[in-house]
Amino acid sequence: MSHAADVRAHVPIATGRSATGIPTARLAVWWVLASEIVIFGGLIGSYVMLRLHHPHWAEEASHTNTVAGAFNTFVLLTSSLAAVLAHQAAEARNGPRAARFLGLTILGGLVFLMVKSFEWSNEIAHGFTIFRDVFWSYYYVTCGLHGLHVIVGMVIMGIVAADARRGRNLHRVELIGIYWHFVDAVWIFLFPLFYIAK
Amino acid sequence: MSSEAVHADRAHPSYVRIYLALLVLLAISLLGPMFGHPIVTLVTAFGIAIVKATMVAAYFMHLNIEERYVWYILFVMLGFVLVMFAGIAPDVMLPAGQNWLHLPITPPAPPVHH
Repeated sequence: MSHAADVRAHVPIATGRSATGIPTARLAVWWVLASEIVIFGGLIGSYVMLRLHHPHWAEEASHTNTVAGAFNTFVLLTSSLAAVLAHQAAEARNGPRAARFLGLTILGGLVFLMVKSFEWSNEIAHGFTIFRDVFWSYYYVTCGLHGLHVIVGMVIMGIVAADARRGRNLHRVELIGIYWHFVDAVWIFLFPLFYIAK
Repeated sequence: MSSEAVHADRAHPSYVRIYLALLVLLAISLLGPMFGHPIVTLVTAFGIAIVKATMVAAYFMHLNIEERYVWYILFVMLGFVLVMFAGIAPDVMLPAGQNWLHLPITPPAPPVHH
């Protein structure tokens, strides 16, 4: 099979079929994110109501590392830029360029996780464990769940990048990009909640 | 024109400019607490977080050119979160309650061994 035929053979139904004005695959991603809003919204909402009722949590929050949190915000915003540039390259049918930008996005995720593990190991070493206080329970559960989403995004992005390098399934570059931007947007709210409001 | 046609025809905005604007907003959110005023911190931290998240959603996720109903789906979910907040907040934030009756507790009698 020629390369062009090989590319044509890998166009899934969800790419070109739609009953709602947008491709089914993209609609599916929006539904995933809609469910994620409830998951993270539930955690953030319950944290906010407890935080308002317990002003002394500000003392606990003063032990989080604002510089590390700000650096991670910078890293995620930069990785989001790489993801959207990958999408732009995919629309121009330039698979190898899209794959390179996705690789940069994965690198951003890796740096984010390394900074997070540095933060956590430092905090745990100083006795700020998940059992110390409800504030720390929220901190570890919410940031941990967010970190899991980063890991899942990196794995999927690796699969999409491997395909994109060969010019296959380029529409998936936008789909994983939408997911990644959502993970970025969640962190944009977690950063002031855990690192700035002290 | 359908959303797909809009998607296909659009010229991409300058993503680097949007990224730089996001970095400026990040810097402002870090400077806010230095004023030492809670209201300023609240606005610069959470107000700017809302602006940043909206910019990411609109330009990076392309919600600005997405079908309108996608916004509705996402806002309905945010509405569910607000309903949860409104339903639970009174119990969490007013634990003393308003109409509770404090009844005396009678401890159970100790078991009798024969």
